[in-house]
Amino acid sequence: MKLAAAILIDGVIDASWLFIVAVGLTLVFGVLNILNFAHGSLFAVGAYAAASAVGWYYGGDIGPPFVGYLLMLGAALAVALALGPLLERGVLRFFYRRDEVVLVLVTYALFLILEDATKLIWGAESYYASEPYGLLGNVSFFGLSYVGYDFALVGLALLAGLLLWFGLNRTITGKVVSAVIHDRDISRAMGVNVTRVFAFAFTLGVFLAALGGAFTAPKISVQPGIGITVILLSFAVVVIGGLGSVEGAAIAALFVGFARAAAIHLVPWAELFIVYLVMALVLAFRPEGLFQRVSARKI
Amino acid sequence: MAGIVGTLAAALIAFAVLAVLGYLLPNWLILVTTLAFAKGLVALGIVALMRGGLVSFGQGTFYCTGAYAAGLAMHSLGVADAAVLVALGAVAALILGLLIAPLLAGYRGIFFATLTLALSMIVYGILNKTYSLGGSDGFNLHAPTFFGYHPSTPHDVSYALFLFTSFVTATAAALCRIHFASVRGLLSLAARDNEIRLEYLGASVRWVSGTNFAIAAFLAGIGGALSALSLGHIDPDFAFWTTSGEFVFLAILSGYVSVTAVFVAAILLELVRSFSSQYFPNTWQGALGIFLLLIILFLPEGLGSLMRRPWPGNWPRSGPRSAKAVQMPTESVE
Repeated sequence: MKLAAAILIDGVIDASWLFIVAVGLTLVFGVLNILNFAHGSLFAVGAYAAASAVGWYYGGDIGPPFVGYLLMLGAALAVALALGPLLERGVLRFFYRRDEVVLVLVTYALFLILEDATKLIWGAESYYASEPYGLLGNVSFFGLSYVGYDFALVGLALLAGLLLWFGLNRTITGKVVSAVIHDRDISRAMGVNVTRVFAFAFTLGVFLAALGGAFTAPKISVQPGIGITVILLSFAVVVIGGLGSVEGAAIAALFVGFARAAAIHLVPWAELFIVYLVMALVLAFRPEGLFQRVSARKI
Repeated sequence: MAGIVGTLAAALIAFAVLAVLGYLLPNWLILVTTLAFAKGLVALGIVALMRGGLVSFGQGTFYCTGAYAAGLAMHSLGVADAAVLVALGAVAALILGLLIAPLLAGYRGIFFATLTLALSMIVYGILNKTYSLGGSDGFNLHAPTFFGYHPSTPHDVSYALFLFTSFVTATAAALCRIHFASVRGLLSLAARDNEIRLEYLGASVRWVSGTNFAIAAFLAGIGGALSALSLGHIDPDFAFWTTSGEFVFLAILSGYVSVTAVFVAAILLELVRSFSSQYFPNTWQGALGIFLLLIILFLPEGLGSLMRRPWPGNWPRSGPRSAKAVQMPTESVE
């Protein structure tokens, strides 16, 4: 019972940050048709930016401790506003209309560039930003002790998911974005400024990656290589969930979270590949993921 | 027919030139070239897939299978001959490929790419935890023999392996080139252009993709076994996604227009890597990224598109994507 509870809670906690990152990836794919390999690097940049900001803030004893959370949010926003338009307008737009697989390679190249750029800026040493992690105290469930921050992260994931769902389904901007997802050519013919939607959606995707990074930073040591782990995991999440599906990303993040937690508690040696096993199994039965978008076949 | 003879003659000449060059070149360059050829063979497999419109991000699976099969044969069965080891590696990879092919046959584009990636990561994860095969450390191989010849000095070993690798590479390249220009090979290009049209013409897209996948697995197995012999060491990184990514990188760099371009690109990449990791250890990945972006932007069909005549035969200069490639007799295909 205790074990089941541990797997369940660990799984949900793991799923929370995974969802924030993966939903950004799936959004960018939905709108721009790009499976963004550099998403993991953007997560890393968000984590580094937040760790630097948090380190500066708590190091100087500048103000009330809870402002640290706002700083992390600000760091993610700054990363998105700086890198989103730069990457989309500066690089990606030259490659639109190319094959999906070629676009993966374009973002793979961006990934390589960003990895080295982060190493140049932040060096190869680890950053720790653990102060915000302890601020919320501890919580007890079924006799298991958890850090309160982890549950705040679950709340943040829920909030991000709800806002995104509301934004896409209940606002004019969201309707326009959905129209572009459905058919960019017709949208353009109807007078939608597709270029602007692309830039907006990509920047939002970068923000979600950086947000995931910024709020995961206090839990981990921020060091080179975190981007790779994250992109492979979030790839699995969006592929399992169905590319371009927000609900799919949520369900798949929970799937992957539980699978990882179960592996860690029950079969530790399988932890390295359990996610890919789940992914291969899901794809074997549902080739386009759990929540595939229905699309007309164009000949 | 003339095309086949010409290709085989070109391969023979290339092998002879390589043999002489290898004798004159310094040892480190021989090692770099051997490894480049081994990796080029894997990339050639991806090119075979790319001609049919598929890109595998998980060729590490077969590369690794070839390497481990050769390594296990050396240690468990006591096989020492390079030719037997490479053949075993290739066959092992081919068998695995034929087993996986039905599972993958229905996937296209990004789903094919991610599923192959997932499979390679499963292999990577399992090998990392298989302690009887050395776990994450892998294991070492000793120098092979070549048809009964035991090279004594390290230089002799690397030259013999270089000769052997060159021979295998030239043969594989020639055979691929002949296959690519044959009717069955050309069906791949037709599948890439329009699968529905090809099915209506009476050919099976499933069969075409399956064949290409088997060819790619076989070539990756050869490449893996040769790399293992050349490096003298095997570890699970052979199946890691960065390894597979490198092969895709190579295939994109060379493009699917020319077979020779694959090996030119492989040597270029190995040279760039060994120089830049020595002189710019912190920024060479980024430089590689910029290089890749520029290639995709300005040479969308790869280095191969710079070469004059794509395949033997009389294809139009506009390249293999023209309509002529699709108007082919289909009666020889079931």
